Amino acid sequence: MDISAFVLFWAAIFTSNILLTNFLGMCSYLSVSREVESSFGLGVAVVFVLTITAALNWLVYHYILVYFGIVYLQFIVFIIVIAAFVQLLELIIERYTPALYYTLGIFLPLITVNCAIFGVSLFLVIRNYNFLQSIAFGAGSGIGWLLAILMLAAIRRKLKEKMVPLGLQGVGISLIITGIMALAFVGFSGIVQIQ
Amino acid sequence: MFTIIIKDVTVLSAIGSLLAIIMVIAQRRLSNYGDCKIDINGKRELVIKGGNSLLSSLSDKQIFLPSACGGRGSCAACKCKVISGGGPILPTEKPLLTKAELAAGDIRLACQVKVKSDIKIEIPAGIFNIRRFNATVTEIIDYTYDTKGITFKFADGEKIDFLAGQYVQLETKPYGKVKQGVIRAYSISSKPEINSSLQLIIRYVPEGICTTWVHQHLKLGDTVSLTGPYGDFFLRDTDADIIYVAGGSGKAPIKSMLEHLAVIGCKRKMTYFFGARTTKDLYLTDEMHAFEKVFPSFEYVPVLSHSEQGDGWTGKTGFVMPYFKDAIRDPKNTEAYLCGSPGMINAVTKALIEEGIPKDKIYYDSFG
Repeated sequence: MDISAFVLFWAAIFTSNILLTNFLGMCSYLSVSREVESSFGLGVAVVFVLTITAALNWLVYHYILVYFGIVYLQFIVFIIVIAAFVQLLELIIERYTPALYYTLGIFLPLITVNCAIFGVSLFLVIRNYNFLQSIAFGAGSGIGWLLAILMLAAIRRKLKEKMVPLGLQGVGISLIITGIMALAFVGFSGIVQIQ
Repeated sequence: MFTIIIKDVTVLSAIGSLLAIIMVIAQRRLSNYGDCKIDINGKRELVIKGGNSLLSSLSDKQIFLPSACGGRGSCAACKCKVISGGGPILPTEKPLLTKAELAAGDIRLACQVKVKSDIKIEIPAGIFNIRRFNATVTEIIDYTYDTKGITFKFADGEKIDFLAGQYVQLETKPYGKVKQGVIRAYSISSKPEINSSLQLIIRYVPEGICTTWVHQHLKLGDTVSLTGPYGDFFLRDTDADIIYVAGGSGKAPIKSMLEHLAVIGCKRKMTYFFGARTTKDLYLTDEMHAFEKVFPSFEYVPVLSHSEQGDGWTGKTGFVMPYFKDAIRDPKNTEAYLCGSPGMINAVTKALIEEGIPKDKIYYDSFG
C-alpha cells in the first residue's frame, strides 16, 4: 500500500472511521456515552491504547510471528499483547491518576476485549501497512473512535431533556443516532479510499 | 511435523511468559505504596500499609467509621473530613455529596478515598468510643410473627457505653447460598444502664440477607460480631415536651429511651405514637402502657392502618398524623423523635412541621 502515513491518519479519522464505517468497538461506545466527561476519558484511553498496540503488534507480527513462521497464531498473540498492555495501563492509571481510574477503571477491562483495538491490529496485517503507516492508522482510528463517542455523548446529553419513547430509551435511540452519524460520514468517503 | 509443533508452542509460551513477567514486576512496583501515616484530629497518628481505602485502613486499626453498605459507595454513612492527602473528589463520590459538601471540598467518603500517601483527617471524637464486640446470643423472643428481640451478651466482661437511641452494626456470617457476610445497622432496644449486653429488635424482610440469617439461622449460643455505638439519634437533655413516632421495628430506640428515662426519672410530657398495620403487628403493648404509670405525663398511642372487622380493635385507626394535634401543647417547645421507614419519616416530618414544630427539633432514624 502506497498511501502516505499522513493521509492514512486523516482517512482513519474521517473516511474510514473505525466505529462509524466498520461498527467496531460498540459495547463500550454504547455504555460509556451516557456522560461526556467519562466518554472523553475512555476515548483518550482508546487513542493511547490503539496507537501503542498497533505499533507493538506490528513489531510482534513482523519480527516474531513472521520470523518463526507462526503467522497463523496471530489472533492469540495479538490478544495477549493487547490484554497485557491494557492491564499495565490500568496499573499505571490507578497509581498516578486515581480520578481517571475511577471513571475508567471499570471500563479498562472492556478495552481489552474492545474489537476496535483488535480490529486495527488485524487490518494493519491484512492491508500490509509499514510501521509508520500502522502507527498513523492506529492513532487515527483512536481519534476517530474518540470523535464518535464524544459526538454521541453530546447528543445524548441533549436528549436527556427530550421525550424519548420508552422502548427506544438508552441503547435503542443511541443505535439510531449512530446510524445517522454513519450516514453523515459516508459523505467523506469520496475523498480517499483506504479499504 | 513434531519439531514444528514444539517450536510453535515454545515461541507462543515464550511470548506469554515474557508478558507475564512484565506484569508481575509492574504489579510489585506500581501497587506498592509503602507505609503511610494517618493523622486523626491532629491527636493520633496511625501507620498503615498504603493502597487500601481509608475506611478499611481505619477499621484495621480498630477505628470504625459508620458504614451501612460495607464500603460499596452507596450509603454515604462513612463521610469524614479529609484535610490533606486525599486526592481529588472522585466521580463515585459526587452523587452522594451535597452541594455544600462539594463546595467545601473536604468532605469525602472514607470507603472511596484510597490511602496512597500521608493523609490528615478529622472525625467526630465519639467515634473513638466505637469498638468491636464479640457477643453470644443469650435470648431470642418472638414479639410478632415477623419480629424478634435478640439479646447479645458481650464476651470477656466487655462493656458498651452508648446513648439511648444509638445503633450498632451486626455482621452476618455466610449461610446457604449467601457466600459473603454483610453488615447491617440496628438500633439498640435495651437501656444504656445495662452495659454488658444489649438487645436488638429485628423484623424479617423477605429476601433480606441479614434478616433471613437472623430469623432462620441464628440460634441461642451463637457468637456474632458487633461494632458500635453509632449515630446522632439520641435523647436530648432538655425540658421540652416529647413526641415519639415509630413504626415496626422502629420501636427499638424508643424503648431504649423510655427505659433509660424510667431509671433517671422524667417529668416531661411525652406521647408515643406507634404505627402498625394490624393487631398482629403490635408488640410490647402492655410494657409500653406500663410506662404510663411510671411517668407523670406519658401516653402510649398505637394506631392501626389496616384494622380488620372482628379483630377486637378499639383504639385509633388510619395514619398517625391526624392525632398529633391533640398531643402538642406548645409546638415551639416540643421535640420529636421518629424511627421507621423513609416514607413514614418524610410524611411524619411534614405533618409535624405543619403543626409548628421547629425542623431542628425533629430527630429521626430512618431505615434507608
